[in-house]
Amino acid sequence: MANGTPTTRVPWAQQLLEWVDARFPLSALWKSQVSEYYAPKNFNFWYFFGSLALFVLVLQIVTGIFLTMNYKPDAALAFASVEYIMREVSWGWLIRYLHSTGASAFFICIYLHMFRALLYGSYRKPRELTWLFGVVIFLSLMAEAFFGYLLPWGQMSYWGAQVIVNLFGAIPVVGEQLAIWIRGDYVIGDATLNRFFAFHVIAVPLVLLGLVVAHLMALHETGSNNPDGVEIKKTIDPKTGHPADGIPFHPYYTVKDLFGVMVFLLLFSVIVFYAPALGGYFLEDNNFFPADPLKTPPHIAPVWYFTPYYSVLRATTDELKWVIGIAVLAFMAWALFRRGSNRTRFALLGIGVLLLAGLYELEAKVWGVLLMGSSVVIFAFLPWLDRSPVKSIRYRGWMYKLALTLFVFAFLVLGYLGMQVPTPVLTRVAQVGTLVYFAFFLLMPWYSAIDRTAPEPQRVTR
Amino acid sequence: MRSLCVAGFAAAALTLGPLAAHAAEAEVRLDRIAADPTDLASLQSGARTFVNYCLNCHSASLVRYNALRAIGLSEDQIRDNLMFTAEKVGMPMSIAMAPKDAKEWFGAVPPDLSVIARARGADWLYTYLRGFYRDPERPTGWNNTVYPNVGMPHALWRLQGERVLKEEAAVKDGKPILGEDGQPLRVATLEMVRPGTQSTAQYDRTVYDLVNFLAWMSEPHQVARKQLGVWVLFSLAIMILLAYLLKQSYWKHVH
Repeated sequence: MANGTPTTRVPWAQQLLEWVDARFPLSALWKSQVSEYYAPKNFNFWYFFGSLALFVLVLQIVTGIFLTMNYKPDAALAFASVEYIMREVSWGWLIRYLHSTGASAFFICIYLHMFRALLYGSYRKPRELTWLFGVVIFLSLMAEAFFGYLLPWGQMSYWGAQVIVNLFGAIPVVGEQLAIWIRGDYVIGDATLNRFFAFHVIAVPLVLLGLVVAHLMALHETGSNNPDGVEIKKTIDPKTGHPADGIPFHPYYTVKDLFGVMVFLLLFSVIVFYAPALGGYFLEDNNFFPADPLKTPPHIAPVWYFTPYYSVLRATTDELKWVIGIAVLAFMAWALFRRGSNRTRFALLGIGVLLLAGLYELEAKVWGVLLMGSSVVIFAFLPWLDRSPVKSIRYRGWMYKLALTLFVFAFLVLGYLGMQVPTPVLTRVAQVGTLVYFAFFLLMPWYSAIDRTAPEPQRVTR
Repeated sequence: MRSLCVAGFAAAALTLGPLAAHAAEAEVRLDRIAADPTDLASLQSGARTFVNYCLNCHSASLVRYNALRAIGLSEDQIRDNLMFTAEKVGMPMSIAMAPKDAKEWFGAVPPDLSVIARARGADWLYTYLRGFYRDPERPTGWNNTVYPNVGMPHALWRLQGERVLKEEAAVKDGKPILGEDGQPLRVATLEMVRPGTQSTAQYDRTVYDLVNFLAWMSEPHQVARKQLGVWVLFSLAIMILLAYLLKQSYWKHVH
């Protein structure tokens, strides 16, 4: 330097960061959301599945982009274009298997992620909105999977879509017109394929990404729950000013989740490279027959992740309507004698009368559709159905533990039955499963309140 | 060479079990085979059978002739021995028969066979192609035990010969076996009335090779997939170890 005063040289990377930070809160976002986002230090195995679901979402988007480059959303070309990807496109078979296996992996991660919430009461106050965004993500994911499954244009793609869209036809008065409007045709056809493609590659993914951002923002506002269900923000370390039981998400959970992703990828790769169809569960055998509108397959079964709800649909027969009717009468009797204002009493009785009228008026098929929809949407009400003084299963009593065990068992049994050809006995089992499934939710205000719980600790334990 | 246990399968196949009342839904016990996409001799033999006997009515329009280089054939070998209708070795295995004519002649359009082994399974194809018998009531003169009243005639009959279905009462220890409805069960057996050019063992081998080829054709990259998988799993195992050590080193101060 000319005047001889030494100057400290600022590294160019730091200069660039300062330049960006003056214009965009990059460092501030990184700090608030990652490096100084304090997460409970006692996350266990079940806490891997949120980050894994995010990983699979990215995997699906990236592989999906490359599939879109060669896929043809045309009823005459779609089936062959998928096989073109499998045979002629460089690494096409790998990209396609990653995507098809990723679809199932996504549901495995989401189901386990939701099970974690049931274990530790993650949906409870103050995380109700995180949970609600999650339920809408789950619904969107189901829509995404449903639209995507039509695209290979095989027999199961075609007839699966036919069955599901026909469900809308069960809605009284407007049903038929609604089904035609959804299909754009009287049967599933080229128009349907085109619009499902549009929904699958752009509309639903956009919604999903937006919802995932909202889900994470809501989570980071309240802070994460943990296996003890205690709020770590209540105990602030006076020296650091941070939660005493919290550790920064980065680097602690970034390195832990990295390990989780690697283990996941190993299991995932075993399927992709050695059993991509997984015995017909991830890629159904019948879907290697091209779609034929004139040939109905003898047995139409959805992919495994939809089968619990499909079972609920099939289990709803005229007999089950009687059982629902008795349940509604029991509900009305309870409403009549419960304490509280007369206004609520009349409102509840009114709902009961409406349900009874619906049972009388609407055929079992319509109720099947209603129950199938309810079996998914009912998750949204969990924050208000659960009256337990504690969040985590560690401090709950035997009633919730039993209820959750029965619920998971019913879910698995319904899932299995949804893949089988229905017989009178299996339908009866599915009906019992359906009742157990709904009882878990509808009786929760009662059993979660009277359950004998242990006191929650002040601090996280392990 | 693969050991030839197909003769055993043939003997098992002759006893087809009780005839179901409604033939269209017949559940037939399938003979199991293990397809081997690395057995090039078998795949080449299957390719020859496929081109000679199947590719006239069935197409494999998602497969190009030059894809057969992957089973050890040169382009010249493919062109000289396996291409009868196509002009260029890069063309797909399509057929000249119009679907409309096919529908008129057979009652149904013969399906494209590109991915048939993934749709039906190798066991089904192996049993089906060994299940034809003479049936004068059918328009083609042929029927099938696996796919009753199928529209397809027995394309390989010169090799296998002609068989007829014989139904007799099922007997065990000198007593007739009764079914669930209390009626005596009947067992169907296939009896050779005019042998073909191949013995039963030879014919089973021919069909095995053909099905092996169909299974390969339904997913030509399956060998590459399994080979690549070894490297991927090996690399991931190392990555898991490194990620675990990284996690442990960061977490050692968290109590």
